[in-house]
Amino acid sequence: MTATLFTNARLIDPEAQTDAPGSLLVRDGVIQGIDIDAPEGATVIDCNGRALAPGIIDWGVKIGEPGERHKESFRSAGLAAAAGGVTTIVARPDTLPPIDTPESLEFVTRRAADAPVNIRHMAALTKAREGREMVEIGFLTDAGAVAFTDGVRQVTDTRLLSRCMTYARGLGALIVGHPQDAGLSRGAAATSGKFASIYGIPAVSPMAEVIGLDRDLALVAMTGCRWHADQITTARALPALRRARDAGLDVTAGISIHHLTLNEYDVGDYRTFFRFTPPLRSEDDRLAMVQAVADGLIDVIASFHTPQDEESKRLPFEAAAPGAVGLQTLLPAAMRLYHQGGLSLPQLWRAMSLNPAKRLGLPGGRLSVGAPADLVLFDPDAPFVLDRFTLLSKSKNTPFDGARMEGRVLGTWVAGRRVFGGKP
Amino acid sequence: MTFRARHLLGIDHLSPPEIVTLLDLAEDYVALNRRTVKHADALAGMTQINMFFENSTRTQASFELAGKRLGADVMNMAVAHSSVKKGETLIDTALTLNAMQPDLLVVRHPNSGAVNLLAEKVNCAVINAGDGRHEHPTQALLDALTIRRAKGRLHRLTIAICGDIANSRVARSNLLLLGKMENRLRLIGPSTLMPAGAGEMGVELFENMREGLKGADVVMMLRLQKERMDGGFIPSEREYFHRFGLDAEKLACAAPDAIVMHPGPMNRGVEIDGTIADDINRSVIQDQVEMGVAVRMAALDLLARNLRAERGRAAAGVMV
Repeated sequence: MTATLFTNARLIDPEAQTDAPGSLLVRDGVIQGIDIDAPEGATVIDCNGRALAPGIIDWGVKIGEPGERHKESFRSAGLAAAAGGVTTIVARPDTLPPIDTPESLEFVTRRAADAPVNIRHMAALTKAREGREMVEIGFLTDAGAVAFTDGVRQVTDTRLLSRCMTYARGLGALIVGHPQDAGLSRGAAATSGKFASIYGIPAVSPMAEVIGLDRDLALVAMTGCRWHADQITTARALPALRRARDAGLDVTAGISIHHLTLNEYDVGDYRTFFRFTPPLRSEDDRLAMVQAVADGLIDVIASFHTPQDEESKRLPFEAAAPGAVGLQTLLPAAMRLYHQGGLSLPQLWRAMSLNPAKRLGLPGGRLSVGAPADLVLFDPDAPFVLDRFTLLSKSKNTPFDGARMEGRVLGTWVAGRRVFGGKP
Repeated sequence: MTFRARHLLGIDHLSPPEIVTLLDLAEDYVALNRRTVKHADALAGMTQINMFFENSTRTQASFELAGKRLGADVMNMAVAHSSVKKGETLIDTALTLNAMQPDLLVVRHPNSGAVNLLAEKVNCAVINAGDGRHEHPTQALLDALTIRRAKGRLHRLTIAICGDIANSRVARSNLLLLGKMENRLRLIGPSTLMPAGAGEMGVELFENMREGLKGADVVMMLRLQKERMDGGFIPSEREYFHRFGLDAEKLACAAPDAIVMHPGPMNRGVEIDGTIADDINRSVIQDQVEMGVAVRMAALDLLARNLRAERGRAAAGVMV
């Protein structure tokens, strides 16, 4: 029996939405309670007033296994996660080949043991992510898939998608959609507007997201399935989301930290580390999305960690691969939202930890008694300048290279076991 | 001398005095080019490589002639057909060329921003000869010189740019240049060929060509970029000509002394009526071609001067 007492901590409780001083007792990898006496012989960790919160649950991480291990392995992603305060990675199935059979899911589940943090897997929704035949949703659910998604490939065949949704409803499976109209989005690398026009970058109207969302919500209303939008990034899509919520549909939505902290002008002189799918939006949209997170209309913030090697990015903007690594920068980037006053720490942890846990049926994301001791201890104010080559991910494609950031992770625990940081 | 740029990647980076400096120097080269002996030695001993990742006849010939008249060793690389097909990346191609120690690199590429990317990786002066839908600075400069010579000034003119604005790098560079020189700008075209956000660019937008041309001093026609159209911007060429093709009747709406311009190559009967294009009283299309060589000579000359000065400072160990 091992017991650890975190004393003198600033406890961030996303369930109670509180941010208050206190102590936390952990025994055998499980949270025992707040402000209770420690048993004889317990290890005491003095947090010096730093913030202690449930570990981040990062929903939508790309890992290069199988197929692109040179970009990221379970081991390297796990180390980056631990250093970034992420205690659970929810991995994407858009690998080479995709995770679309119980056998391939079993393979990645076995490989994931290399990582020092929890790893859960999503599975593809259609075979080979081709949008033609549904995967074995039942077998994959039994094998541990927490959700089903074709990633950024929208299923364009609405009849097939409606059948997938109907079948998934019967099993209680969660479908994750990418609500961006495929036709309008074809070839686009920026959001249409003055910036994209002046720089001559192929662009897509933000309306593509409205069309994609409206279509998927209509299918959800038709089939009654559990559904989650991977990223909602424009203000114009919010009314539809709110209507669906009010109508009682089982719908949630996420957004990437990049869309909450950067806008289209950050691309500047064709900087390919700022190329994302969907593309970065206007400043008005960014502000509206921060507000939507504060209001709880957007449920989940994630990094959408997408490792790309140098060669995929050393290309003209429209030819470069989209995405950025984010496991290690999610927390400091989120601190920008905290310091700018847009979101409190409990609000941020609701979106980065509690809500993903609830939606995916995971036990973490809470400081309550009986929850696993997946914890992050961090200093929200510690400043630093990010050097991308210090990141532990195999790929170094971050838009925050050289950026001044605040928020340093001092320690990370998974089931009570320390996986990052020395003495705080 | 007011011209500090190391590369000529776009009009965006140029100040009005830099533009005027370049145009003034180009005037000298216009005079030189009209002589029988057309040689100057501004680039003597220097190597100029023309690297065209996109097919071009006119621009490449113009740059080649400009370099040769200034005494440079000029080499044309038809990269559109060679190493790119073998999978070499843009940066590797650039580094390979850079190792051959060129002094001036003239680059055209189908992707916006590709020339900027390349300029970061080489240590010679780079001229953008057109990148995707982004910029084509020497075209805007030669247009400016043509306007200045025809109208006697380059400010307070009403200039209408007509046609395929969305897909045109010529339009972008011209908007930037003519805007910097304080002209009144109008864009005319079907809304499918108007760039998003054009309303925020300080220009007037017209979908009716007659209204847009009213009182214009300069009518700048653009080529319908068929190769850049991935389907369905206009229903047919004949409908396009009917609504946006420049013919005598539409031109009559412009100022009586309005000049007609076109960057070429022209689609006669699509965006411009052949008789207008050939009307020596209105059309300055041939002058544009002539000014093109002179403007490119001026650009090469100025960049070469800055390059020499930079190397001189480096050799003398001066911190810059």
